[in-house]
Amino acid sequence: MAKPTVAVYKFSSCDGCQLSLLNLEDELLDLVGVVELAYFLEARRQTLPGPYDIALVEGSVSTPHEAERIQEIRKQCKTLVAIGACATSGGIQALRNTASLDDLALKVYEHPEYLHSLPTSTPIAEHVKVDYELWGCPVNKYQLVEVIQAFLQKRRPNLPSHSICLDCKRKGVVCVMVAYGMPCLGPGTRTGCGVLCPSNGRGCYGCFGPAPHTDLKTVLASMNYVERHPGEVKGLLLNISNNAPAFRQAVDLLPAVPSETTGGKK
Amino acid sequence: MNQDIHIPALARVEGEGALTIRLKDGAVNEIVLNIYEPPRFFEGFLLGRYFQDVPDITARICGICPVAYQMSSVQALEAALQVTISPEVRLLRQLLYCAEYIESHALHIYMLQAPDLVGYESAISLAADAPDIVKRALRLKKIGNDLLKAIGGRSVHPVNTCVGGFYRWPTVEAIHALVSELEWAREASIETVKWAATLKYPEFEQDYEFVALSRLEEYSIYDGYIVSTTGRRTSPEEFEKFYLETHVPHSNALHSHTAENTTYFVGPLARINLNFKQLRPIARQAAKEIGLKLPLRNPYKGLLARAIELVHTTDLAVQLAKEYAPTGPSFKEFKVRPGEGYGVSEAPRGLLYHRYVVDEQGLIRFARITPPTAQNFAQMEADLWALAPNVVKQPQEQASISFEHLLRSYDPCISCATHFLNLKIDYE
Ligand code: SF4
Ligand code: SF4
Ligand code: SF4
Repeated sequence: MAKPTVAVYKFSSCDGCQLSLLNLEDELLDLVGVVELAYFLEARRQTLPGPYDIALVEGSVSTPHEAERIQEIRKQCKTLVAIGACATSGGIQALRNTASLDDLALKVYEHPEYLHSLPTSTPIAEHVKVDYELWGCPVNKYQLVEVIQAFLQKRRPNLPSHSICLDCKRKGVVCVMVAYGMPCLGPGTRTGCGVLCPSNGRGCYGCFGPAPHTDLKTVLASMNYVERHPGEVKGLLLNISNNAPAFRQAVDLLPAVPSETTGGKK
Repeated sequence: MNQDIHIPALARVEGEGALTIRLKDGAVNEIVLNIYEPPRFFEGFLLGRYFQDVPDITARICGICPVAYQMSSVQALEAALQVTISPEVRLLRQLLYCAEYIESHALHIYMLQAPDLVGYESAISLAADAPDIVKRALRLKKIGNDLLKAIGGRSVHPVNTCVGGFYRWPTVEAIHALVSELEWAREASIETVKWAATLKYPEFEQDYEFVALSRLEEYSIYDGYIVSTTGRRTSPEEFEKFYLETHVPHSNALHSHTAENTTYFVGPLARINLNFKQLRPIARQAAKEIGLKLPLRNPYKGLLARAIELVHTTDLAVQLAKEYAPTGPSFKEFKVRPGEGYGVSEAPRGLLYHRYVVDEQGLIRFARITPPTAQNFAQMEADLWALAPNVVKQPQEQASISFEHLLRSYDPCISCATHFLNLKIDYE
């Protein structure tokens, strides 16, 4: 039987999620033994024609060209997996969604008219049907392996979605909110990173996105007490997964902080 | 006769781009390297953020060199806030930077550029015929990533860096446990240099102006003065006076040139040409054994420079890891105050400059980031002009490979460069 084909695509992103695939140093050669990396420009020149069995899509849709390209890709593949915070929520670059693109562009570029950009950065699922979403900035590389393995074994991937707090308790990590009085988005953030920030003595900034079914309202109420500077909690929410609806809505529950500043043009 | 030729995508580079070459009466008439890597407006949305959010955000500019973006930004912010970090923090930051060099150089040497030199489409295909070489590459890369993980929690976008130091010291055990692997990596790096010397590089030399950070007492990676092969010596505060960025019509990326409107070249070749004397003895010895002659003016030989830097960084990492025994706090307490600060460091692909203005509440009021690829961009175009007359005579497929290989040897990085090159040659 022919090996299943895998295609890896890049949209607006930092390439960190597809790099996670190459960072599977111990597994990479085994992986290419069981699947055909048919289209993966970061890794190889050779491309095989579609259709493909699995598409791993990194990055958000932020240009008119990308909005068209994702439609083509969807037609080309059987299973489409959105990988990383950019692909699942719009990524850090979705911070533009509430600002005026013209203002932002003027702050960075001399000639915004040369740019080809959409006013928003949006997740893949807003454009096409997505079969699975892997959260994280970057994704957990073992979750990538799990999705591919599940495909090979014709089962659903096992992707837990509880909040980071539970992992803290299981691993016996000291709670930074209780012990050091630092705000931590862990109670509202999806598992997957292995409790990285609390283990390093700092609060979580939500890079794995919101955990489903958590009541962020209660979470926020407990966090406002420990803010160390005005707007700290807002900064955690408006971070890597800022465009995830649960985080965006939570921001509206927070008191307004005066923070508007002027920019410097290039 | 009008003929459009589309040549396959540029692989093994990050970013997206297209190259169009227009010929008129057989001569090259126009070259347009068009970057369509989408703009992500980092400098725009840093405005109004609390300064401590910056290193987490700027890391996301590049998945291969997040540490570089963190290091330039924390240094700029520490200068703005007038924070002096402890010598122990500086040493651990150097070790963290070594880790990124090991990971990034191993990736670029073996998986991105070498396949071009040995005639393979990728390291994956190479693995079928030369498994030992690819396994060495993977193990080297993994050691860099393991060290990144031990210090920063994960290799892509580490979480432990902050303005003032580190959120927490990594445990001594975790760092010492990597010493023997790093010693293996040092041996493997020396092998890498020997192997790199056997590869056949295209003949192509240009008279470049090289620009890199420099320090008298060490090989500059973490910080330094900005020096040039023209003899110009610039402090970080003066960088923008001498190195300017402009926005050109066909591109989403900004292009840099010197104040005299000339192109310049940053990266491993620049570093090794300007700072060879400061390399650790074992790296200089490795260079001597392969008969390396400086200056290196062939961009393809950036691979040799990377290999020699691998020896340097693995050797430095062995020492720093062995001697790691932090005592004081990992983080400097300080008061927020308004100010402006500059930060420069050497990302694996070249000089990376940051400047911020912070207000009395600690909010960012101005941000500027000049990445290495933006600085090299005009130089890449100039090289394409120099290369094109011969290459366009080659059959299409070969022409495409030649252009791609040149661009790949620059190691253009992610959000500032090209991933997908649609080469189009128009004959008129
Ligand atoms: S999710 Fe994060 S790591 Fe992945 S591509 Fe986006 S910015 Fe990079
Ligand atoms: S609040 Fe943060 S540190 Fe505390 S248990 Fe939850 S995730 Fe862990
Ligand atoms: S703790 Fe939160 S911010 Fe830190 S790595 Fe995990 S999910 Fe990301």
